Amino acid sequence: MSVNQQAHTGPPYGQPQPGYQGYQQPAYGGQPLPGVPQSQYGAYNGPMPGYQQPVPPQGYFPSLGFPSKGSPVSLNSDASSLAPNFIGSLRAPPTSGAPPPASGASLPSSHLAYSQFGHGDVQNGIPASAAPMQRPPASQPFLPGSAPTPVSQTSTFQQYGPPPASVQQLSNHMAGMTIGSTTASAPPPAGLGYGPPTSIPPVSGSFSATGSGLYTPYTASQGPPPTSVSQGLPLAQPPFPGQPISTQRLPTQVPGFAPPPSSTGIGPSSYPPTAGAPRPPTMPGPPLPGQTVAGPPTSQPNHVSSPPPPSAMSGPHPGPPMSGLHGPPPPTHPPQPGYQMQQNGSFGQVRGPQPNYGGAYPGTPNYGSQPGQPPPPKRLDPDSIPSPIQVIEDDRSNRGSEPFATGVRGQVPPLVTTNFLVKDQGNASPRYIRCTSYNIPCTSDMAKQSQVPLAAVIKPLATLPPEETLPYLVDHGESGPVRCNRCKAYMCPFMQFIEGGRRFQCCFCSCVTEVPPHYFQHLDHTGKRVDFCDRPELSLGSYEFLATVDYCKNNKFPSPPAFIFMIDVSYNAVKSGLVRLICEELKSLLDYLPREGNMEESAIRVGFVTYNKVLHFYNVKSSLAQPQMMVVSDVADMFVPLLDGFLVNVNESRTVIASLLDQIPEMFADTRETETVFAPVIQAGLEALKAAECAGKLFIFHTSLPIAEAPGKLKNRDDKKLINTDKEKTLFQPQTNFYSNLAKDCVAQGCCVDLFLFPNQYLDVATLGVVTYQTGGSIYKYAYFQLEIDQDRFLNDLRRDVQKEVGFDAVMRVRTSTGIRATDFFGAFYMSNTTDVEMAGLDCDKTITVEFKHDDKLSEDSGALLQCALLYTSCAGQRRLRIHNLSLNCCTQLADLYRNCETDTLINYLAKYAYRGVLGSPVKTVRDALINQCAQILACYRKNCANPSSAGQLILPECMKLLPVYLNCVLKSDVLQPGLEVTTDDRAYIRQLVTSMDVAETNVFFYPRLLPLTKADVDSDSLPAAIRNSEERLSKGDMYLLENGLNIFVWVGVNVQQGLIQNLFGVSSFSQISNASSTLPVLENPFSKKVRSIVDMLQMQRSRYMKLIIVKQEDKLEMLFKHFLVEDKSLSGGASYVDFLCHMHKEIRQLLS
Amino acid sequence: MATYLEFIQQNEERDGVRFSWNVWPSSRLEATRMVVPLACLLTPLKERLDLPPVQYEPVLCSRPTCKAVLNPLCQVDYRAKLWACNFCFQRNQFPPAYAGISEVNQPAELMPQFSTIEYIVQRGPQTPLIFLYVVDTCLEEEDLQALKESLQMSLSLLPADALVGLITFGRMVQVHELSCEGISKSYVFRGTKDLTAKQIQDMLGLSRPAVPIQQGRPLQTPEQPVISSRFLQPVHKIDMNLTDLLGELQRDPWPVTQGKRSLRSTGVALSIAVGLLEGTFPNTGARIMLFTGGPPTQGPGMVVGDELKTPIRSWHDIEKDNARFMKKATKHYETLANRTAANGHCIDIYACALDQTGLLEMKCCANLTGGHMVMGDSFNTSLFKQTFQRVFNKGFNGEFRMAFGASLDVKTSRELKIAGAIGPCISLNAKGPCVSENELGIGGTSQWKICSLDPSTTLAIYFEVVNQHNAPIPQGGRGAVQFVTQYQHSSTQKRIRVTTIARNWADAQSQLQHIEAAFDQEAAAVLMARLGVYRAESEEGPDVLRWLDRQLIRLCQKFGQYNKDDPNSFRLSESFSLYPQFMFHLRRSPFLQVFNNSPDESSYYRHHFARQDLTQSLIMIQPILYAYSFHGPPEPVLLDSSSILPDRILLMDTFFQIVIYLGETIAQWQKAGYQDMPEYENFKHLLQAPLDDAQEILQTRFPMPRYIHTEHGGSQARFLLSKVNPSQTHNNLYAWGQVS
Repeated sequence: MSVNQQAHTGPPYGQPQPGYQGYQQPAYGGQPLPGVPQSQYGAYNGPMPGYQQPVPPQGYFPSLGFPSKGSPVSLNSDASSLAPNFIGSLRAPPTSGAPPPASGASLPSSHLAYSQFGHGDVQNGIPASAAPMQRPPASQPFLPGSAPTPVSQTSTFQQYGPPPASVQQLSNHMAGMTIGSTTASAPPPAGLGYGPPTSIPPVSGSFSATGSGLYTPYTASQGPPPTSVSQGLPLAQPPFPGQPISTQRLPTQVPGFAPPPSSTGIGPSSYPPTAGAPRPPTMPGPPLPGQTVAGPPTSQPNHVSSPPPPSAMSGPHPGPPMSGLHGPPPPTHPPQPGYQMQQNGSFGQVRGPQPNYGGAYPGTPNYGSQPGQPPPPKRLDPDSIPSPIQVIEDDRSNRGSEPFATGVRGQVPPLVTTNFLVKDQGNASPRYIRCTSYNIPCTSDMAKQSQVPLAAVIKPLATLPPEETLPYLVDHGESGPVRCNRCKAYMCPFMQFIEGGRRFQCCFCSCVTEVPPHYFQHLDHTGKRVDFCDRPELSLGSYEFLATVDYCKNNKFPSPPAFIFMIDVSYNAVKSGLVRLICEELKSLLDYLPREGNMEESAIRVGFVTYNKVLHFYNVKSSLAQPQMMVVSDVADMFVPLLDGFLVNVNESRTVIASLLDQIPEMFADTRETETVFAPVIQAGLEALKAAECAGKLFIFHTSLPIAEAPGKLKNRDDKKLINTDKEKTLFQPQTNFYSNLAKDCVAQGCCVDLFLFPNQYLDVATLGVVTYQTGGSIYKYAYFQLEIDQDRFLNDLRRDVQKEVGFDAVMRVRTSTGIRATDFFGAFYMSNTTDVEMAGLDCDKTITVEFKHDDKLSEDSGALLQCALLYTSCAGQRRLRIHNLSLNCCTQLADLYRNCETDTLINYLAKYAYRGVLGSPVKTVRDALINQCAQILACYRKNCANPSSAGQLILPECMKLLPVYLNCVLKSDVLQPGLEVTTDDRAYIRQLVTSMDVAETNVFFYPRLLPLTKADVDSDSLPAAIRNSEERLSKGDMYLLENGLNIFVWVGVNVQQGLIQNLFGVSSFSQISNASSTLPVLENPFSKKVRSIVDMLQMQRSRYMKLIIVKQEDKLEMLFKHFLVEDKSLSGGASYVDFLCHMHKEIRQLLS
Repeated sequence: MATYLEFIQQNEERDGVRFSWNVWPSSRLEATRMVVPLACLLTPLKERLDLPPVQYEPVLCSRPTCKAVLNPLCQVDYRAKLWACNFCFQRNQFPPAYAGISEVNQPAELMPQFSTIEYIVQRGPQTPLIFLYVVDTCLEEEDLQALKESLQMSLSLLPADALVGLITFGRMVQVHELSCEGISKSYVFRGTKDLTAKQIQDMLGLSRPAVPIQQGRPLQTPEQPVISSRFLQPVHKIDMNLTDLLGELQRDPWPVTQGKRSLRSTGVALSIAVGLLEGTFPNTGARIMLFTGGPPTQGPGMVVGDELKTPIRSWHDIEKDNARFMKKATKHYETLANRTAANGHCIDIYACALDQTGLLEMKCCANLTGGHMVMGDSFNTSLFKQTFQRVFNKGFNGEFRMAFGASLDVKTSRELKIAGAIGPCISLNAKGPCVSENELGIGGTSQWKICSLDPSTTLAIYFEVVNQHNAPIPQGGRGAVQFVTQYQHSSTQKRIRVTTIARNWADAQSQLQHIEAAFDQEAAAVLMARLGVYRAESEEGPDVLRWLDRQLIRLCQKFGQYNKDDPNSFRLSESFSLYPQFMFHLRRSPFLQVFNNSPDESSYYRHHFARQDLTQSLIMIQPILYAYSFHGPPEPVLLDSSSILPDRILLMDTFFQIVIYLGETIAQWQKAGYQDMPEYENFKHLLQAPLDDAQEILQTRFPMPRYIHTEHGGSQARFLLSKVNPSQTHNNLYAWGQVS
């Protein structure tokens, strides 16, 4: 619920917000949240049944809901229908037939309730209604379509509302959140299609029994809502009308869900529900613990609800997308709002509720949530399905305030979107390591059954906020770090000292090792070393060891690393002004090379190379009066023409370097050379580092496909016709394996390659990026580089890239407790064997995802330990080991696993897994595998952890309730489902980019952040609340900002007040806004300042400078923008959230049956 | 002309030609029996103060296979305006310009005193001279500094419009671009990779114009100068630049670990220099001047590995076939030399190092292209500095004493054929009726290319008399030879020098005395020596010596008068009297004896021997020894140990060394300081006299000789002792001393 609510808020319709509180409260009051919930819960238990009955029909909007069918049917009662759909899907629509009505009735109430909430909340409810309103078009249409129905709808809604709501809620509760929408069952119509449905009915029946009772209450409460509902309905309707197919449905469906939301609120309770209805009532908190939910504490399972949507629709929907749904349509059913997926409740529960609602819902979060949900119901809509925004907000408010202390084993950390402080008490900070699950199944059977991948996303050199301390550097003297004799694990807090401290037992392999004399210390009465607090390696999760010469290549301490700047000076680069720009920038940038903490100046030496078809090296030795240029045209057999004077200390050679950088643009000003080489450039850098016997980084600024005669020459093989064929994978594979071999050499030398690309056409990123990728470098791409537009972005990226903390010549190994083993690695690195991850360079933004598999059993008592050891050379040339330790719990119950998962991390893993998959399999196969795996995960939960309920119910674990929406985003991403305008290079680029992203980056990349700018409070420095990524949430009268880590869009509605336009863009009307600019003008007014500060703040948070694009509504660029509204259906065929949820539901049901 | 000696001298002064025989045996058989072949030493560009060049084209015989130049020996029909070629007897019409010709109005080329005449012709565009410095940077700091200074100084000696280029090498090879401002730019090549000319030109960006290089018009396309000018610039434009660039030259920066030699890519550097010129200025006068301070140690043309523990090959290794890199390296440099020669460029080698530098392998670069070869101990010696400076010496008329891209065409009358030539030339493979099947030296052709020559460059040209015994030549018949040398003068003019000579035929049976009297023993000695040295390059030393001995014996047999079994009765006529002595010293000379010489030294000596004129060659064969004493004016003395007396100062000139040797007593006096006492001023003068004479020689000779001042018992006295005829040894010293 909370989610919904938030969402609602998000939605942002201006009104809403204000309204929220008020509304909500009222709603609450009205609804009975308090009381109701309980009752509901109670109902839940019974609920399920209850739901169904009442709502049953449609019930589940849950996924199914959408069911288009539902819509059809529901058309009338859109909202309801939606819900129904879901439900329907879940449940057998069939039953729904009858139920529908009931549901319908109930729904209405719920709707009403929702509406109220909605209003109050603004969000859901309102949104629905409001939204529709706002988006007149949509809504209107709907209306029309539904018109007939509408009327009925209203009525129905009301009807549905109540019931559904309750149902949903119930269901939610029931499910634990799942979408309790069971109610939907009614819709069954949809159900028809589904076998389950039938069954559902029964369930519903049961539900109804209890539920009904419960419901009623709701209904009652809901009653009020109805009105609102009506509104909602319309909206909903539209969808239906659109039916089916159209995105609109979503909304509709959503509505359905909405109801659940209410339930959600309940949800929490609902969890409890499982336990007993009563519990639910209690606040979420309790709930959690309680039943299924309990596990969920955090989140709870959201099972998403499938609930209610009883409306007939639901039935159909399930497969919604699928044809069936539509068909089913026994429109009538529609009404049920079922979706409550809300398990949301669940959503609500934990998180957000409080926060957002905080005000609104004073007391209990749960309630709050509930309320929130209610609103949605009306619309049915989207609001009712699990909302990322809500989840994020909830987590932020619940966990953002307290520091996260890592002392306890197996703790799930706050979400990446939450700002929190970390106290290292023995486990590595989540900034360094995040896991898909913090509770690992004890056996491989369990792991296989759940299909939940066990993976850790490791960012060994992550940047910490200033408040947190960097890992301490420990020096164990000449003998080096103390390690286990057998597995070579490094001393860590989990090592067990025995025999009075003379020996220690390895926590990974149990081998007993003598404590070296110089390291001996007595133990206290608890068996801990007396000095454990003084020694970082005994008390902290992350620390560093000073490596001895044994850890160095060739048994020689490394020299300080070098940076080599290699600039393309072919015609294009010169003409676009790029060369001049780079040279100018370097002059100042060289003063900001990374340095070791307290050092006066950076130890890093620099070198310069320019190239086109040949390479030019520069001797910038400090003793020279002017730089010397050395041309190497023997590109077939690259070598470095000079030794002394190529790599120099910036301060010593300052004047020569300045002179060089002044002259480079002049020298090539008249160049007519258009061909470039590429591989020889890397070879040159590599050879230079070899000659200097140091590691280092190449910064290559490159513009075109290297077609000049030389090793690594490439041809243009771009062919969009390959998309969706079995050969599509070749677009991602390198043209030749030349670059892989080169990469191997680079890694061996510690030569990291960062690539800045400025293509005007295809340049085969897939091949050019190989070396970068395997050496741990970064690629930056600026297509159609134009100085005025892109220079800021490029320069910022360059600055950041040059300045950021980086380690060289790194080797990482992950050791684990006996029982599991790191089996697979994802990221930008090279592996010459199966255990060591080698990276020529590793910067603070690079992330490695490691997958674990069982090779034995784990025990619950000892848990599972991870130790990630990274051996690297610091920027001052010091050889070090950075150790991160993390202890995890082990479980024998699947429920524990599902309760301790982290969806963001999971998505990170899945995305990387899939993105690697496209190299070897057709994209469709990869997508199907992804869907299938997720379906299995959810099905396993449903089967083993969720309370028994109708098969038509979509029940999601609280921790994974966002899995469908995020997964859908992954599936719709450019790599897996490219739009027409996406180039092959873009896909390859993104593929490689994602592979080394951390969780926070993948999170925002796949589910962009959408902020309503016009809602921003100009007086505070906080960001406006985000809203969900759907066009329906946008208002013509507002401006929005969307960011995904690569781009920032500023979307301007056609009806935005002139004043705002004037304030922000400095032009007097909408039509005068130019979207050619990549910056916002600097204007002295609060709004402009606020928006710019938001933009700046966002830029600060990301590792790359985002491109700012101004999009005017109804402008050409809007297509591009809409591509990022990931909850909507995409032009390239990506499913909308609602459709996808239905699809998932169907998949799950198939697995269950 | 009174005597043959005068005749010979006169001929030499006028034509720069000395024949071994000045009266020719008239049949093949008899000529063979003469032992010393009919041959001549030709100094094509002999400096002639009295030879004003004419400014028109020579008139050629119209027979395509002949094309001899109109000369004083031709019969002219003034009325018909016809002339008969004296080689092929073709009758030719005079060109229209000669319409006014008559007995009293003869063109110069018909006047007897113009048996040698020089034409200036206008052909093709004139290109400035080109000097491409190829500089080794693997030198000691001190050496490099000295070299840099020499190079900087040389810029002022070059003609102002000459193009100059710079390539430096060490582990890598750098071709410096000279036209850039603000930043010095160079193209760098790996020192280990043998590149084809095409690759080099591609890499230097020289190959753009597709049809760039056509013979004789290197600067045709407007683009071309632009391209080539990146690396070759007129001195007057960039001398400041280049001076700075040279000044900033660093020693090769690559670390050389203990026990290793620097990696020196001489082979690639030369290859690139050749490729560069080939691509930009073929067939135009150009000097590649290689300055190297050690042996090539990597890449194509490497002579020795970089391990110091493995010494560079010695004669011993070569005999044992133990010189692993020699053949390959030699082949590399030969290929280069041939390419260079084909393009009309030349390669100078200035090698200064205490150890060998691989001259043995690289010698062909200088030998085949007419380039200089200079060997010294260090660039920081006056030997190198002055020698180098002397390369740019100017002649009496203010012109550089160098010419380029010459081709020598030899035409003979029917009774003679051309057997070959020995000198700094390569064959142009011009087969013709006058080319003999028997080869002596570089044969099988009637034309040779001499890529670089100076006024003293001398070729030995060998002939074969082909007239059959039974087809006698009428009494008083004369045989003729015409040498046509086309070359690029240092002023960049194209010139043609034509020398036509004739000698009488004589029947060896009836007129042996004439032939004998017309024998030029000095020329003969040098000609035989060249043959011997030429053979020594490819044959085992002892074989050559045996061959020389046999020739000497046969000659004495033929021309000596003696009674059987009476050694004391042996007499040789005056015109043969010195010949055996020359042969004796030749046998002992470093040209044929490799003992105590490194392979590089041998190559060096042989190089110079094959190109110096007769006088210098004789000095090389038999060093000159002058004695200074109170007993009289300085006098030449026998190159014999008996000439070493306590109260003498000896001055020996071996061409390569000037040795001043103070006799035992003189040395004592000097130590006692008598020269500083006014009353012994004559002693001071005595000491000074050889110094002045030595200085005179040092001033004129190229390359500058090693100057050694030593005294009795000094370690350096070995230079003298090794040369003199050891008539007194520890075995007979006492006895002889008594006797004398």
